[in-house]
Amino acid sequence: MTEIFGVPVAVLLGQLLLGLINGSFYALLSLGLAIIFGMLNVINFAHGAFYMLGGFAAWFLLSRLGLGYWGTLLAAPIMVGALGVLVERLLLKRLYRMDHLYSLLLTFGIALMVEGLFRHIFGSAGMPYPVPPSLTGGINLGFIFLPLYRGWVIVISLVICILTWLAIERTKLGAYLRAATENPALVQAFGINVPLLLTLTYAFCVGLAGFAGALAAPLYQVSPGMGSSIIIVVFAVVVIGGMGSIGGAIVTALGLGIIEGLTKTFYPAASSIAVFVVMVLVILIRPSGLFNREA
Amino acid sequence: MLKCPPTAKSEKHTWEGHMAEAALLNVNNLEAWYGESHVLHGVSFDVRKGEVVTLIGRNGAGKTTTLRSLIGVVGKRRGTSLFKGVDLLNVAPHKVARMGIGYVPEERGIFSTLSVIENLMFPPAWQAGGMEIDEIYGLFPNLKGRDHTPGTRLSGGEQQMLAIGRILRTGADFILLDEPTEGIAPVIIDEIGAALRILKARGMTIILVEQNLRFAASVADRHFVLDQGKVVDEISNNALDANMDRLNRYLGV
Ligand SMILES: Nc1ncnc2c1ncn2[C@@H]1O[C@H](COP(=O)(O)OP(=O)(O)OP(=O)(O)O)[C@@H](O)[C@H]1O
Ligand SMILES: [Mg+2]
Repeated sequence: MTEIFGVPVAVLLGQLLLGLINGSFYALLSLGLAIIFGMLNVINFAHGAFYMLGGFAAWFLLSRLGLGYWGTLLAAPIMVGALGVLVERLLLKRLYRMDHLYSLLLTFGIALMVEGLFRHIFGSAGMPYPVPPSLTGGINLGFIFLPLYRGWVIVISLVICILTWLAIERTKLGAYLRAATENPALVQAFGINVPLLLTLTYAFCVGLAGFAGALAAPLYQVSPGMGSSIIIVVFAVVVIGGMGSIGGAIVTALGLGIIEGLTKTFYPAASSIAVFVVMVLVILIRPSGLFNREA
Repeated sequence: MLKCPPTAKSEKHTWEGHMAEAALLNVNNLEAWYGESHVLHGVSFDVRKGEVVTLIGRNGAGKTTTLRSLIGVVGKRRGTSLFKGVDLLNVAPHKVARMGIGYVPEERGIFSTLSVIENLMFPPAWQAGGMEIDEIYGLFPNLKGRDHTPGTRLSGGEQQMLAIGRILRTGADFILLDEPTEGIAPVIIDEIGAALRILKARGMTIILVEQNLRFAASVADRHFVLDQGKVVDEISNNALDANMDRLNRYLGV
């Protein structure tokens, strides 16, 4: 069997694949975080909670209401997005004129409450969630056996990230969003309903988190702690990519997933801190992030 | 080719039909605050259709704040500002533009993340009768061929042209212009002046905030003097020369 630095190639590719899958989730989450930060100037600590809610919504719809996998994958993000509308309209909206810190504390509080509530109701153990029948099994790519569901996760995450990026960079609506990031008062003076735009942006981004949660359910089980365990890494991704840079968030997320995978192969003990080591290095060398326009 | 100004016939059924000499905009006792600080203390003036009026006054007099109050981007407001019979103080900020009011801010507000053409195409056209892109290029030839340059790479004067040009696309017939000549080369000031006279000939109504009296006199019908958040005087453009001393006292020159 071929080896690279004493590691069998198949093992290496397997870890790379796992890294890419983690990276896909980082991308879906950090993309939303970066957009919310850019547009609303809010550091959305509740993002992990919305991810977890997406997982639970999917679990509830599947196991209690008998909705199929595809139905839940569509309905869960819509439910989470609707919750996002409420949070933005009732709470966040009041804090835009104030320092970042207020909205950060608010969203952090929301995250703690939601997670606490779910731990209270469901306990800490995970809820099993089956891989949909249409995506069980796998394909042998010759050099590696690719479970179908994992391939699906990578493909759909990439497609959604790219579509979102295109919508922001290439469409009229995206131009409104970009301009509103720079000068919301002026965009409003041109007749565009900026408050509505902000609500929809927040709803869409937390909806993306909900989608990621539903997508993750068959891979990682659904548990109250799933959001808080991933969100710290996602914040590191956003810091490394540069707060507010959307393309940067996607590329960084996938890159870091892969770096994590490689560390797991060559030096497993460091795998859980690899991302943070990169973050420290980036902060030292380029404090505003790798892809920040204003850097 | 520039289109003809709207004909009198098409106006017959608008509110003006009933109030022949009434103003298009009537600002009465307008007060405004930024947070706790009270900046406008009762601004009153009127603008008739097709007129160019200026707001002049020294730095900090409240000229910019007056424009911003009309479109609703200050904190608290009081008083009335009737535009086409509707009090703008009751209109949501994002609906003001839909009534045909175009705003060109003092800092120009060109979006750096958008190219020249994206900036130009940015504001939605809320009313019919807006200019075509080619007409705008005709008015401001400097913008031509710069489509894909990032908006903020243009010179200050070109950015000013872009800021005015993008409003002309929207069909706005009432334009709020905040110091378009500030910090701009004399050649370009002349071009902007020529463009404003063309717009006026097309029937546009304009409020011009201006510190450059010579420029103001070259386009305006009437001048309102602002001081410490109030309109303290009104001078018609014909009487400007005769009142230069008085004016210079207000401006503290
Ligand atoms: N965002 C703000 N917050 C608090 N105070 C402000 C703000 N903007 C302006 N002011 C204050 O309001 C007053 C009027 O300012 P404004 O900008 O309307 O003056 P201006 O006549 O346009 O002056 P200039 O000729 O310098 O542009 C000034 O005293 C200014 O310091
Ligand atoms: Mg000003």
